Amino acid sequence: MERKSPLFSIFIHACALLLAVVILAPLVWLFVMSISPAADLTAKPLSWWPQTVDFSRYAVLLSSVENSAGAAFVASLINSIVVAGVATLAALALAIPAAWAVSRTPSVGWSLYMVIATYMLPPVALAVPLYFGLSHLGLLNNVFGLALVYLTILAPFTTWLMKSGFDSIPREIEAAAMIDGAGLFATWRIITLPLAAPVMATSALFAFLLAWDEFFYALLFTSDLRAKTLTVAIADLAGGRVSDYGLIATAGVLAALPPVVIGLVMQRALISGLTSGGVKG
Amino acid sequence: MSGTSMTTRAWLLMLPLLAVMIAVIGWPLIDTIHLSFTDAKLVGTAGNFVGIDNYVKTITGSNFQRTLVTTAKFAIISVFAEMVLGVLAALLLNQEFRGRTMLRGLMILPWALPTVVNATLWRLIYNPEYGALNAALTQIGLLDAYRSWLGEPGTALASLIIADCWKNFPLVALIALAALQAVPRDIQAASLVDGAGPFARFRFVTLPYLAGPLMVALVLRTIEAFKVFDIIWVMTRGGPANSTRTLSILVYQEAFSFQRAGSGASLALIVTLLVAVLAAAYAALVRKTAGSNT
Repeated sequence: MERKSPLFSIFIHACALLLAVVILAPLVWLFVMSISPAADLTAKPLSWWPQTVDFSRYAVLLSSVENSAGAAFVASLINSIVVAGVATLAALALAIPAAWAVSRTPSVGWSLYMVIATYMLPPVALAVPLYFGLSHLGLLNNVFGLALVYLTILAPFTTWLMKSGFDSIPREIEAAAMIDGAGLFATWRIITLPLAAPVMATSALFAFLLAWDEFFYALLFTSDLRAKTLTVAIADLAGGRVSDYGLIATAGVLAALPPVVIGLVMQRALISGLTSGGVKG
Repeated sequence: MSGTSMTTRAWLLMLPLLAVMIAVIGWPLIDTIHLSFTDAKLVGTAGNFVGIDNYVKTITGSNFQRTLVTTAKFAIISVFAEMVLGVLAALLLNQEFRGRTMLRGLMILPWALPTVVNATLWRLIYNPEYGALNAALTQIGLLDAYRSWLGEPGTALASLIIADCWKNFPLVALIALAALQAVPRDIQAASLVDGAGPFARFRFVTLPYLAGPLMVALVLRTIEAFKVFDIIWVMTRGGPANSTRTLSILVYQEAFSFQRAGSGASLALIVTLLVAVLAAAYAALVRKTAGSNT
């Protein structure tokens, strides 16, 4: 519909190329660092591509030899999976009934808005009492204690997403099932939850990514391999006296892999989830 | 089912969520308020009631004022840059060119990269001895000698802002792009027929569709930037010479490094109040923007 001069087309392609380089360059460099021999990374002038490709750091980090860098990394990887998994399941279990209730009975909605408003709270406003509380319960440096704390972030968020999902399921379908004699939970099982499955999956992925990404509470409430998560392990590596930058980069690549794969595969669902809040206002 | 029993059932269904939220958010918040009026330490006995002493000391202290300015600088500059870059990238991605779908797919990568990994990556890029930025700038002749980007008070905050922008502008771009695609084709065509220039078309045809979603993105990004902790902790820990210390870092130091739970709590609540005021001001603005569109 619009006239396209060749000059304009060249300009657009140049901008697109620039954008692609800006996005990709840091990521490619992270990967290149992870496969470059240590000597190449400290050479001056810096050679941008390794003489010999070296994948050995991946084997080092994923090995389970006791007291090695790998054992510590694998332990934190498992902790991250457990914490994020438990917190995600718990958040969904709390969010689904609550979100459905608010979607079908708008008069109780104000309580949900109070829950969502807690998003504004900086974690530092809760950190000290949570520290005392976990310590009192013996849940400091414990994956389940950390998962419990993560509900402060995950539960409001998943409830909000699930509510907009339930809003788009016509209540007439549920009403029909109930007239046929199905109880509330049977109606959910047969009608509501299958229809809400895509929203549930998106909510679960978002929740998992949020927990995987979390750093502040993990830094405060974990202290050793029993509960330390990947983010804390990587911050330790980055701030410590590791002389091989390639090892830090490798840890980064491995920690980024799950969310990046989820991001690429689930792109459409994630983007519609990210933007629906924005477009609806 | 009658209205009252519907309401009763709704409350029952919400009970588990509300109970957990009260346990992990409501009660800790009230306890933080209580602590902020005491001189409690992180370890040891409960503190004594000291009235508003903590608040007075915090607000009049030079640490707080300097940190507030640093936080505001970080939040305003990085969010502004993210908005501008995000909208420009969205306008580009809304054009037709080869590889557009792929480029759109790439935009999700910085968003998906964990914040701590992003901070670590940029810390390596800025490395004073072997970093890629120093190497690249020297090799193309823009820099004579390697610099310590994160180690000098003059460049540390700017370096952090660049790292934060790189991670966050693609999200703004994706939100803006979704909004752009909602602009009806016939209105675009009509404005073209009516002879509107590119700027007039952006201002009167495109911008009204962008305004709402962008306002929401602006609110969320500003609140997050004001609360920023992770990227700064990993890259500089608030240094050098406290030049990148933001409010959340200051609260962490006060409450956990110096173990002054009481005064840390008062500081945390001041931060909370600032974020709440910001959010309320924005909410009013969003309502105004939304109203002007309909």
